[in-house]
Amino acid sequence: MATHGFAGQETHAHAAPQGFIRKWIFSLDHKIIGLQYYFLALAAVFVGMFLSLLMRIHMIWPTVALPLVGEIKPEAYLSLVTMHGTIMVFFVLTTAPQGGFGNYFLPIQIGAPDMAFPVLNMLSFWTTFLGFIVMLAAFFVTGGAPLHGWTGYAPLSALPSAGPGEGLGADLWIISIAIFCIGALMGALNFITTTLDMRAKGMSMMRMPLTCWAWFITAILGLLAFGVLLSGGILLLMDRNLGTSFFVPLVTVNGQLTGHKGGSPLLWQHLFWFFGHPEVYIAILPAMGLCSQLLSVFSRKPIFGYKAMVYAMLSIGFLGFMVWGHHMFMSGMSPYTAFAFSIMTMAIGVPSAIKTFNWLGTLVRGKIRFSSPMLFAIGFVSLFVSGGISGPFLAQPVLDIPLHDTAFVPAHFHLIMGVASIFGIFAATYYWFPKMFGRMMNESLARWHFWFSFIGTYCIFMPMHYLGMAAQPRRYSQFTELQYLAHLIPLNKFITYAAIVTIAGQLIFVANLFWSMFKGKKASDNPWEATTLEWTTATPPPHDNFGGRTPVVHNGPYEYSVPGAPRDFVMQSDPAIKAAH
Amino acid sequence: MASFSTTATVDDPRISMGGGSTLPPVRGGGDDGRSGSPDYGTRLRRARLGLLVALTPILMLFVSFTSAYIVRQGLPTLDPRTNTLVRDWIPVKLPRLLFVNTCVLLLSSVGMELARRQIRREAALAPAASVSAASTGEEKKIPWLAMTVVLGLLFLTGQWMAWRQLAALGYYVSTSPSSSFIYLLTGTHAIHLMGGVLALLVAGAAS
Amino acid sequence: MGLVLLIIIWLITFVSTYFFIAKTWWLPVGASASAASIDHHFTITYILMGIVFVAAQVGLGFLVWRYRDRGGPSNKAEYSHGNTTLEIIWTVLTAVLFVGLNLMSSSIWASERFRPAEANAVRVEVTGMQFAWYFRYPGPDGKFGATKPELEDASAGGEGALGLDSKDPASKDDVVTGTMVVPVNREIEVILRAHDVIHSFFVPAFRFKQDAVPGLAISMHFTPIQTGDYEIACAELCGLGHYKMHGIVKVVSQEEFDKWLAAREAEKQ
Repeated sequence: MATHGFAGQETHAHAAPQGFIRKWIFSLDHKIIGLQYYFLALAAVFVGMFLSLLMRIHMIWPTVALPLVGEIKPEAYLSLVTMHGTIMVFFVLTTAPQGGFGNYFLPIQIGAPDMAFPVLNMLSFWTTFLGFIVMLAAFFVTGGAPLHGWTGYAPLSALPSAGPGEGLGADLWIISIAIFCIGALMGALNFITTTLDMRAKGMSMMRMPLTCWAWFITAILGLLAFGVLLSGGILLLMDRNLGTSFFVPLVTVNGQLTGHKGGSPLLWQHLFWFFGHPEVYIAILPAMGLCSQLLSVFSRKPIFGYKAMVYAMLSIGFLGFMVWGHHMFMSGMSPYTAFAFSIMTMAIGVPSAIKTFNWLGTLVRGKIRFSSPMLFAIGFVSLFVSGGISGPFLAQPVLDIPLHDTAFVPAHFHLIMGVASIFGIFAATYYWFPKMFGRMMNESLARWHFWFSFIGTYCIFMPMHYLGMAAQPRRYSQFTELQYLAHLIPLNKFITYAAIVTIAGQLIFVANLFWSMFKGKKASDNPWEATTLEWTTATPPPHDNFGGRTPVVHNGPYEYSVPGAPRDFVMQSDPAIKAAH
Repeated sequence: MASFSTTATVDDPRISMGGGSTLPPVRGGGDDGRSGSPDYGTRLRRARLGLLVALTPILMLFVSFTSAYIVRQGLPTLDPRTNTLVRDWIPVKLPRLLFVNTCVLLLSSVGMELARRQIRREAALAPAASVSAASTGEEKKIPWLAMTVVLGLLFLTGQWMAWRQLAALGYYVSTSPSSSFIYLLTGTHAIHLMGGVLALLVAGAAS
Repeated sequence: MGLVLLIIIWLITFVSTYFFIAKTWWLPVGASASAASIDHHFTITYILMGIVFVAAQVGLGFLVWRYRDRGGPSNKAEYSHGNTTLEIIWTVLTAVLFVGLNLMSSSIWASERFRPAEANAVRVEVTGMQFAWYFRYPGPDGKFGATKPELEDASAGGEGALGLDSKDPASKDDVVTGTMVVPVNREIEVILRAHDVIHSFFVPAFRFKQDAVPGLAISMHFTPIQTGDYEIACAELCGLGHYKMHGIVKVVSQEEFDKWLAAREAEKQ
């Protein structure tokens, strides 16, 4: 697909389009494409969140008939689990921070007029969009959406007879993911080329804002990971439809032979997690980069240890490819390999801890302004710590014996990869909204939204740790069958109540977003008094980002409170400064 | 970090020219008041970098298939009938035609490289084209690009025939794990090559 | 705002920590030989990580309050790009903490998973299928008889569900049950198999979990040290009835076990 993009487009320079369709639908402008990605992710996050609401309701009131939805059947519950996970991971956590904000702000922050390959950029969005449509279609085919979970473990995912939803629904699920992979690969290609080749004069790699570093490293991870998932998807489709036996050994479903033999279910897990673990970092790295940025901006202080932050992100990306086996400690993989994977996994905690220390170090002796983006950045740090702390439990195979596949695992990854990334997306929205739409978001609504989300998140996911320790397996729709789960039902009820309130709180965000788009206070070009290049241009930025001029960079990205400077921030494009120590 | 601070990983051929060159085409127009569309050297460098980056996931795809192949080949599974571990890998005898196809493919790579050199020489000589007397051993122009396309198509046809031969011998996609992998690897490779042929056709149409 | 953040972050931290310390919800009772050592390592990890958790959250809450913008010209942020010595110190500290923790647990992992079951262990074959567990004892000959996928009949239950081939002499004395019965204080070797999809044999009280994978026969071991009935759950998503795929393992004295097994053998004859 790459060759096609090159052939189609050789240059980034294209005229500002006039017609509605060329301007808003099939736009080549990275800013429009960024917004398209953002709104796709917004639609996806509401679908995903709605699914989780249905799941929580079903756990507590299994027989209640809901308006529009009706009663949720047990098989529907597993479809909800699958689709919630898949939609959130692919179409929200991968799409919004990278496709959305990355597309919009990477070129501007490095001083480029557009992405390297605009046509490819447009194709990557529409490919992703198509993937989303195919994914949603799985709900409406015979048998409904698949029930094999977002990890799609074979043979469950490879056998149409293994359960409802494993027919056409599962095929659509795999095809959707394959389409998504192709879109993500096109995007990653664009990000890497743009970062390496299109930086403005003076914008050396070590002067790039940490957001750009994060998007760059994320793109590299995507480039290496999505091809592997694509290959796994192709093999799975062949097993399902062409009668091959890559993943399926000799099995019988309900006493019926399936005709497969000799395949390896673990092979799928290796391929999936070789993608799946880097995917976790694909989701979280942009949020890390952004929150580093915000902590510096709103503490009015240079980031603590810029280089350490860059190296930490690089080593997280690098180590991220060597730890996939920690998802498979209980899978029948060799216990010796498990030990090696475990050491690597603990090692990856080190750069993560460095980042946390540096965030705290940035706050020390700062002058913190509690604007809404900063609240979410602080919330991100808190959630990252809470979610990170359960990592060393799961990374040790010995403790993984009691904890694997219990509620402890969703508690861990929801905090660190789910909600922490979502907080990054919220922070980015509040921070860049003025630049994108020329208006400010309502600050007091934003604060209410923050308190609902922050406290709500802890009320939902902290108790899941207790459930996990008490051995409640994940992906259970009811807790009535096992007696030892009976005493956990009140806690499950509490989580459902918390989820309902937290999800209701998100309506504040949507209201604020759309209200501010049209009615918000007009924003100045640099409302946060930040230093990076996007704040040197008009609001919203013109078609070529800098209105005909090419920015020249003289300073690092985080020059705040420089002694002797006229203001407490020095723009990257200001004449070179030398701090008067 | 030196390697990150520059884009030196991709060599810049610096084929600068007077703008009125025949190739490659400037698309999208540069009349939007920007500092003009980037020059040929920049665009070539960017396209090469992009291609290099694009090769990575394609490589990963084939690496992934290959490792699946190796794992699947060596892996025993439980036969529930005898309660023992068995290997079910039966090698397929490959048709001889595949050897011919490989030669065609290698030949087309040579053609590709010659076509590249030819285009590069033309581009370098383009400004001096008016002073055509200064030719350095001007030989008859051989259509290397077209020949590469023909060889590519020949290879694809050959592969199709090899599939037909395999099928005639009773080896279908699901016959045995080794036949599955033959179809899988050659199939994805064929798609990969079709993309390449398509790109060559576009390049040919442009020049 | 700084003060509100401090209060909320501290409150969240202390409430969460309270429920961990009070053990309101805790690991199930441990009834196997390895439970004590696994729980011990869990406690060590939990104390160390708990300290890190509380320190980081309390620190975060304190910092955002202490260094809030108080307005006025005298309130200036410090111009500093970091401190390499500090960076090195906390890198080394976390590396030592994390890798050290891991090495501490490696001996438990080795005894759980590197060492094969003892020769005199009680052998039980555990088979998972949608959505039930079946347990097979080899009988006096010590050999599991052949099973045939063609003979499987899930509705028949027991031997029928496993597809036990009655023509094989080794299968004559095989005992198949729906409840697992094992003697106390003996090592039990479980051989895990699955018919259709991946299941996971999870006995919380034994701190035992292992996926049962079609196409593999995975051998593991555990030693129950307390008599009683313990619940088995399926811990790997296996389809529609995942949540109700449960079973019971009965731990009884050696005499009771022998008696029970003999009675099952007698039923077969």
